[in-house]
Parts: sequence; C-alpha cells; structure tokens
Amino acid sequence: MTRTMTLGKAINAGLRTAMEEDPKVVLMGEDIGRLGGVFRITDGLQKDFGEDRVIDTPLAESGIVGTAIGLALRGYRPVCEIQFDGFVYPAYDQIVAQLAKMHYRSAGRLTLPVTIRLPFGGGIGAVEHHSESPEGYFVHTAGLKVVACSTPAEANVMIRQAIASDDPVIFLEPKRRYHEKGEVEPEASLDDAFPLHASRVLREGGDCTVVAYGPMVRVALDAATAAAADSGPALEVIDLRSLSPLDMEPIYASVRKTGRLVVVHEAPGTLGVGAELAARVQEECFYSLESPVLRVTGFDTPYPPARVEDHYLPDLDRVLDAVDRSLAH
Amino acid sequence: MSGGDPQLVQLLTPEGERVEHPDYHLQLSDQEYRDFYRDMELIRRVDFEATALQRQGELGIWASLLGQEAAQIGSGRALKPQDMAFPTYREHGVAWCRGIDPINILCTWRGNDQGAWDPKVHRCQLYTIVIGAQTLHATGYAMGIVKDGKVGGDDPAKNEATIVYFGDGATSQGDVNEAFIWSSVFAAPLVFFCQNNQYAISEPLERQTRVPLYQRANGFGFPGVRVDGNDVLATYAVTTAALDRARSGDGPSFIEAYTYRMGAHTTNDDPTKYRIASEVESWKLKDPVARMKSFLIRQQLADNDYFDSVRADADALAAKLRSEVLALTDPAPLSMFDHVFPNGSAELDAQRAGFARYLDSFADAPAGGSR
Ligand SMILES: Cc1ncc(C[n+]2csc(CCOP(=O)(O)OP(=O)(O)O)c2C)c(N)n1
Repeated sequence: MTRTMTLGKAINAGLRTAMEEDPKVVLMGEDIGRLGGVFRITDGLQKDFGEDRVIDTPLAESGIVGTAIGLALRGYRPVCEIQFDGFVYPAYDQIVAQLAKMHYRSAGRLTLPVTIRLPFGGGIGAVEHHSESPEGYFVHTAGLKVVACSTPAEANVMIRQAIASDDPVIFLEPKRRYHEKGEVEPEASLDDAFPLHASRVLREGGDCTVVAYGPMVRVALDAATAAAADSGPALEVIDLRSLSPLDMEPIYASVRKTGRLVVVHEAPGTLGVGAELAARVQEECFYSLESPVLRVTGFDTPYPPARVEDHYLPDLDRVLDAVDRSLAH
Repeated sequence: MSGGDPQLVQLLTPEGERVEHPDYHLQLSDQEYRDFYRDMELIRRVDFEATALQRQGELGIWASLLGQEAAQIGSGRALKPQDMAFPTYREHGVAWCRGIDPINILCTWRGNDQGAWDPKVHRCQLYTIVIGAQTLHATGYAMGIVKDGKVGGDDPAKNEATIVYFGDGATSQGDVNEAFIWSSVFAAPLVFFCQNNQYAISEPLERQTRVPLYQRANGFGFPGVRVDGNDVLATYAVTTAALDRARSGDGPSFIEAYTYRMGAHTTNDDPTKYRIASEVESWKLKDPVARMKSFLIRQQLADNDYFDSVRADADALAAKLRSEVLALTDPAPLSMFDHVFPNGSAELDAQRAGFARYLDSFADAPAGGSR
C-alpha cells in the first residue's frame, strides 16, 4: 500500500521492514534508542524491537563500527548510525582499513554485511562538523559501496537493499531533505526493485545532461524546471544514486544525446565524484562532447560558518549558470 | 561532615552550610566569596539570554550550561594567568573566567564564525565540537610545557599547567583514553576536568561506564577525585590542588565534577523523551547559584543591596549582549575563502576570483534578475 511520508520516515519504515524480515538485523548508534536518534530516524524502533536490537552505544564511533564488524563476523547484520557526517572520522580507520578490506583479505571467506548510515551535507544552519560531505574518502576506498538516496521512495527501498546486501555499504542520507514528502510503498518486495547500484534518469531533455546525487538532486530538478519555464534548454537530469560502484551507461547514453554534462555536488570539487565522472565521460564520449564537462561543487575550503553556507552550496542559479556556460560553447 | 557521599568532596552543603574536608582547606576573603557568586549569577544570565535569542531565531543553536555554573567558575577561577584551558562547546563559564567577551561565543553559535577569540591572548583554546578530540591536544600542549622546563621550578609564577574539559560521554572515546595514557606516561602537567552532568544527549551515565568515572584514573596511573560539581568552593579547592600538583611536576590528575545538566543538551533537544521530571526536581534542590547565595546570607557576607546590584549588573550584561547580537551582520560571502592557509594558495585565489565574478554578474543583471 502506498503512503505519503517524509524521507526520514521512509528510512524509518525501511529499517522496520528490514528488522521484521531478518532477525539478524541490529541497529546501533548514539541516542538511537529512547530518543529515536537526533533526527528521529529510528523513532519507535527500540520500543518495538527491544534494547537488544536497537542498541544505544557508548559515545565512540570507532567502537560503533569496530564492534559492528565483530557482530557481522558472528552472523549479524549491523546497521550503524553515525550521528553527523563530521563525526565519522573517529571511525575512519575501522571503516577504510578494516571494514573495507576483510572480505578481500580473507579471500572471500568472510563477508561483512555492515551498513553505515550517514546523514550528510549542509543547508541546515548548523555549527561546524555538522554539514560535511565526506563521500570522497569512502569512494576512494576499494571494498566499500557508497550510495546516496534523494527521495522518500528511493530512501525506503535503498536502505532495505543496503541492509540485505552482503557488502559493507556507506549509506548517505541527505539530511536537509529529511522532511520532504513523497509516495512510499514500504511493504513492496525488493525482488523487482530498481537495482541499488544503478543510476537513474529522472527527467529527459535533449540539450544538456545534469548529474547529481543526494541533496543536490532536488536542486538539479528545480534547475531543469526553471530552465524549461523560460522556454530555455531542456535539461536531462540523472540521479547518480550509487557513488561506488558507478553506473556510467545511462550517463554515457545521455551525454551522447545532449553532448554536454554538468555534474553537481556539495563536496569540494577537487578529487570529488564530479572529477571522476568528468574523466570517464571524456574517455568514453570524447567525440560526442560539444563542450567541456563542467562541475558545480562546494569550494576547496572547510565547510564555512552557517551564515555564509548559502554561498558555499551549489544552488539553482549556479547550476543554471553552468548550463549557460556549457551551451555557450 | 558533609553528611553526603564520603567520596564526594564538598565544602558547601546544598543548604549553603560551610563544611570542612580533611584534604581540602579553603580560606577566602569576603570579597572572593562574593565574586564567586557574582560570576555564577552573571554567566547564568548570559546563558538565559542566549537561550532566548536562539528561540527568537537569532542563534542557530545553543548549548546551555544551566546547572554547571559552579563546576565551571570554580575550576576556571583556579587557573593562573599562565595556564592554558582546552574547552568543549559548553564551557561558557570557563571562557568567562578567561576574560572572553560572551558576544564572541554567541557569534559562533549564530553561525558567524567558528571561534572569534585569540587563544594565545586569553589562554583558552577555541571550542571543540568533536567529542574528546581536545584531550589529546591538551596532553600534547602539556608535554610541551615539560619540554620548555616550565614545571617544578622554584618560581611558582613561571610554572604552567593545562586543564582540559569534557563530559561523561566523552570518556568513552578512544581519544580520551589515549590522552589518559599519554599524559600519564609523559607526566604531563594536565588536569582532566570531567563535568559529569549525567547525560550524553539522551544517554545516561550507565551507557558509558560501569565504574564511577573518577576511579578510572587509577588504572591509568594518576589520582582521580570526585567533587560536588554544584559546590563552587569545592570545585575551586580541588582544581587548585590538582593544578598545583601539575605545575610542580607531579603529572596529571582527573577530576570528576559530579553535577547535572538542568536543561536540554542543546536547544535542538527534547529531554522529556528520555528523562523524568522528578530527577530534574531533585537536582533543583542542589542548585549551585542558590547554594552560594544561601551561604553568603548565612555568613552575613552580603545583603539585599548587594544582591540587587548583582542582578542589575546581570540585567545590563544581558541587555548589552542582546543589542550586540541584533547588530551583527552576516559575514561577506568571499570571507569563506579566508584563512584556509596562512599564506593562501593560487588555486584558492582562482576559486575566489571566479566566485567574485559570478556574484558580480548578479549586480549587473537588470532589476528582477534574469531568472
Ligand atoms: C565524535 C562525536 N560524536 C558525536 C557527537 C555528537 N554529540 C554532540 S554532544 C554529544 C554528547 C556529549 O556528551 P558528554 O560528553 O557527556 O558532554 P555534555 O554535552 O553532556 O556536556 C554527542 C553525542 C560529537 N559532537 N562528536
């Protein structure tokens, strides 16, 4: 049955379904129990599944991920909540040096079906360390899968797929979209769901391809609407969804059609996901390109204080400006 | 006798009665007693005003120190000018003791900057949001003091110590446990000052430890003491002793200031989801500011005129702070490119110039904008 719910509630419903379907699924994190998490994403789950399955952990991120690895070695499917993006770094060693490599080291004898939920990105007026986009660090690490959801429906299905997956998954949640609503079908079977690691064309258009993920998908769609309203260029918008591995075919197909690509993300541009997309597209679509691949990203500065973040974050105008520059070639 | 927990150092009962402790003796002038009260009353008022300003949308968020005034003022006043403090994000009372103007603190919570005072001038580092990280910084800083030969000398004014603040939740972090080990091994002149306010956001102390926190210190090789964190005289005495120990070259110590967070974790938090009202009510009876007031009245150290004058000072401070906050303007957009590197970088200069051109393009746009 389809219901309207926020992106936050959609993840909550996805966690609930996953826990009902598999008794080995356990949630762990700071304040996720009685409080239901600082964003209330785990609201009500401890009440219904008990303290053994929804575990309020000590305040230690390395501990959260490190013990999740141990639980996974014991046959559980831990889902870790890291409270904010900027607090994932204390767990960084456990994630990149341990979680990512154990399957490989053991020549496939061990699997670590650990999901790490990470509210990421800015735009909520927070103090420092609460608005970062650390995805690049994880995308650069072999052995991790990294996905970002953008709508309630996607969030609901993708969190279930991530938990069901035998891979360690970094699950990025666009925190500033937690309150946006959409249609969700929480009980739908995963069997014929859109694959977790596929990118998806959300809006078709022939003039310029715009690729975004997570919180920037909304911005890209709004830009496409704004451009069309001026009877301007028709933008083709692609939600990347999976940052690692990348699903490039829909992007190549689109660029071959439009001849242009603009990549949008909040993380700093240097060595960001956009850099990888630009490199691959010029390798594969060189003769189809009408103009250089352009990136609209955060700057190479630390995430700035809240009162200037609106200037740091790519917005509709910056996306349209890039589209104009692309079309001017 | 304090009549309470024998493990808890106390010099002032919740009723404001002065008691003695075998290890900690304190003799202060009347004026010094009054100053402790005044500091607490003023910083509490700053806290109220900041909470109100947050509610009115002037601050993004605020972490209240309500209930923790004695722990912070007592320990903060124990510091000598040459000592260095490493705070978390809730140490408004410590910052006050280090001469930091409260407007600088509010600016950070508003989102204008990420710390606007000079740590070298005030000898108080910037607030640290990532839990526990500053305990290692403090340890390294204290190791530097040893290297510089600024401990154990004959001239007490030349000996230095460091104090680092953190919460009960922070004691679970790897960094904090590493700081315990390093400071112990290198006999760093450091005081670990843990304000055990019973909660880490929603999680009660039992989610962080199965032993009283002050007892942990022993296992790391230095003394630990639990002090009544709502007793400004006791926190002052205990911290003074620990700092003296550090300055004289005897290494680190751990103070657990046993206190209570009277309000929410921050203005984003709803404590009714995880704690019961009766608990808060019982702690109200131990209020640190009221306790000191009772003491001053009992001992006839202050009269109504004095209390009126403190209140007037608090009113004036709050009014000044409010008008300063309301007068703040947002930082210029290009300011986000400042201070990434001490000497800048060509790459960043190019990004700044590009963004400046982009912003200028709006100035040229016809009224109403092009889109
Ligand atoms: C590394 C890290 N993880 C999580 C957080 C989010 N967080 C902010 S304050 C807090 C609780 C801290 O509790 P405690 O150390 O007891 O200090 P208190 O705020 O109670 O003074 C948490 C979990 C953080 N700031 N840093």
